[in-house]
Amino acid sequence: MIGNMFKRFSLFSAISILLILAGIFVTLYIYASDSIHQFGWHFLTNSIWEVGEDDEGGVFGGLIPITGSILTTAIAMIIAVPIAMGIAVFLTEVAFPWLIKPVSIAIELLAAIPSIIYGMWGLFYFAPIIQKTFGGTGIGLLTASIVLAIMIIPFMSAITKDAMNVVPDVLKESAYAMGATKFEVIKDVIMPYSKRAIIGSVILALGRAIGETMAVAFLLGSIMRFPHKITDPTTSIPVLLANNFSEAQDLELSSMFYLALILFALSFAVISLAKFYFLRKD
Amino acid sequence: MEKRLLINKIILIASTISALIGLTFLFWILGTLMVKGLATIHWNLFTKDLVQGGIRNLIIGQFIMAFIATVIAVPLGLMAGIYLREYSYNNKLAMIVRNLSDVMMSAPSIVVGVFVYAIYVDKVGHFGGWGGVIALTIMMLPIIVSTTDNMLSLVPKELREAGIALGGSKHKIILQIVLKAAKVGLTTGVLLAFARVVGETAPLLFTSANNQYLTFNLNSQFPSLTVSIYNLATFPDKKSIALAWAASFVLTVLVLIINLTGRYITRNKHK
Repeated sequence: MIGNMFKRFSLFSAISILLILAGIFVTLYIYASDSIHQFGWHFLTNSIWEVGEDDEGGVFGGLIPITGSILTTAIAMIIAVPIAMGIAVFLTEVAFPWLIKPVSIAIELLAAIPSIIYGMWGLFYFAPIIQKTFGGTGIGLLTASIVLAIMIIPFMSAITKDAMNVVPDVLKESAYAMGATKFEVIKDVIMPYSKRAIIGSVILALGRAIGETMAVAFLLGSIMRFPHKITDPTTSIPVLLANNFSEAQDLELSSMFYLALILFALSFAVISLAKFYFLRKD
Repeated sequence: MEKRLLINKIILIASTISALIGLTFLFWILGTLMVKGLATIHWNLFTKDLVQGGIRNLIIGQFIMAFIATVIAVPLGLMAGIYLREYSYNNKLAMIVRNLSDVMMSAPSIVVGVFVYAIYVDKVGHFGGWGGVIALTIMMLPIIVSTTDNMLSLVPKELREAGIALGGSKHKIILQIVLKAAKVGLTTGVLLAFARVVGETAPLLFTSANNQYLTFNLNSQFPSLTVSIYNLATFPDKKSIALAWAASFVLTVLVLIINLTGRYITRNKHK
């Protein structure tokens, strides 16, 4: 009797995960429906975001924040992937054994720091450096992307390291016995063996980067304009939501929900690709 | 030098440099926090509320929300993990829940905030502490599910079989043997999950929002340390920014202490 209830409750708990996920999709869709009916797919290609007279109606298109999201994520990935790979390689093959533990812990602590702290640090310490080096105001695409990269590097290197650690020592040792250098072992043994998991890790980090909000909320500028230079301010979906969601009303609010739905669907698709295809749990 | 040896050297140096870059940023960020934090921190901060220029109510509010979220998310997540490991026999449903829970773990936290705004703030008509609690619970749940799933998989089958041989019913075996065996790992998982959600900002921005006063009423706007940092940092006056640094310092120290405690517990077990 109690056993049966226990089992039922465990099943219910498992299903609650699915209900929450479905609930998020359905709720976002319902709240976005005004905007979806009004603008349809054109929302994705329209760059105008204007509240109408007397706060009635207006024209809303998501192209600028969508572009901003794609650009910040892309630049961050270009910076983060080589460094994260380098760290993973360092921790699996290069470092002295006594160094591995402290460095891994340090990198994991970097991942534990709340993202708002990255934002604070970026705003007061990193933005001025970018301003001095590259010009502009310091607030813009480049600063936001670099801080975003720093934010995802520990996450990416931790899971890439785990992927590389799975390679059986025997395989590596036989390559070394043939006279292979460390780089050749990495390139010809480790990479092919753990390729799938590494790609999965990178895609997973990409999924995280698209949705990361607080690290970039201060740094991207929150301006509805396309960037022409890499130092120009612009906006992205998370940044727009963080800074303007609470003031929005009616159709604008509905358009915000539309953007949230797009962001959720996008990250859902990217993360699912990583999880279901590359990092399949059986 | 032979070309392949040279390439080898270059790559190894490059990877060492990457690690150095990672460490540089860690110490840069932590160093900045230390310097700024120690310069701005003052005992009065812990005895006064935000309205008088302190952070007492913010710390209390942030921890209350994260704590209630933990109280809800842990049993639910634990039971879901138990279903996945002990009852499902890896059926199709378990596969779907397991993978979707992982997907949910990486879902953008700002979207969770937007979702809770729709189901809570929009319904009751105002911001409120419960909104923050719901948002943090949603953030925490998949982490607990995944930890439980992993930790229970480490419990040897023989322990369960011994329980069966003693004539224990399934739920008793789970509660008295399996969970006990996984206790340390689960505790670590809960602490790490707590450390993660207590530092969240985006899910709180338009759910709990913020409150300058100390309150325990979860139906009203609720004080939040992280949301305050976000608000204070953009004020033009030096005093607000100093307060934001002090709050950042306190937040980071607390998060790292909880995180390290979690790791320390597991390390001791394996000794």
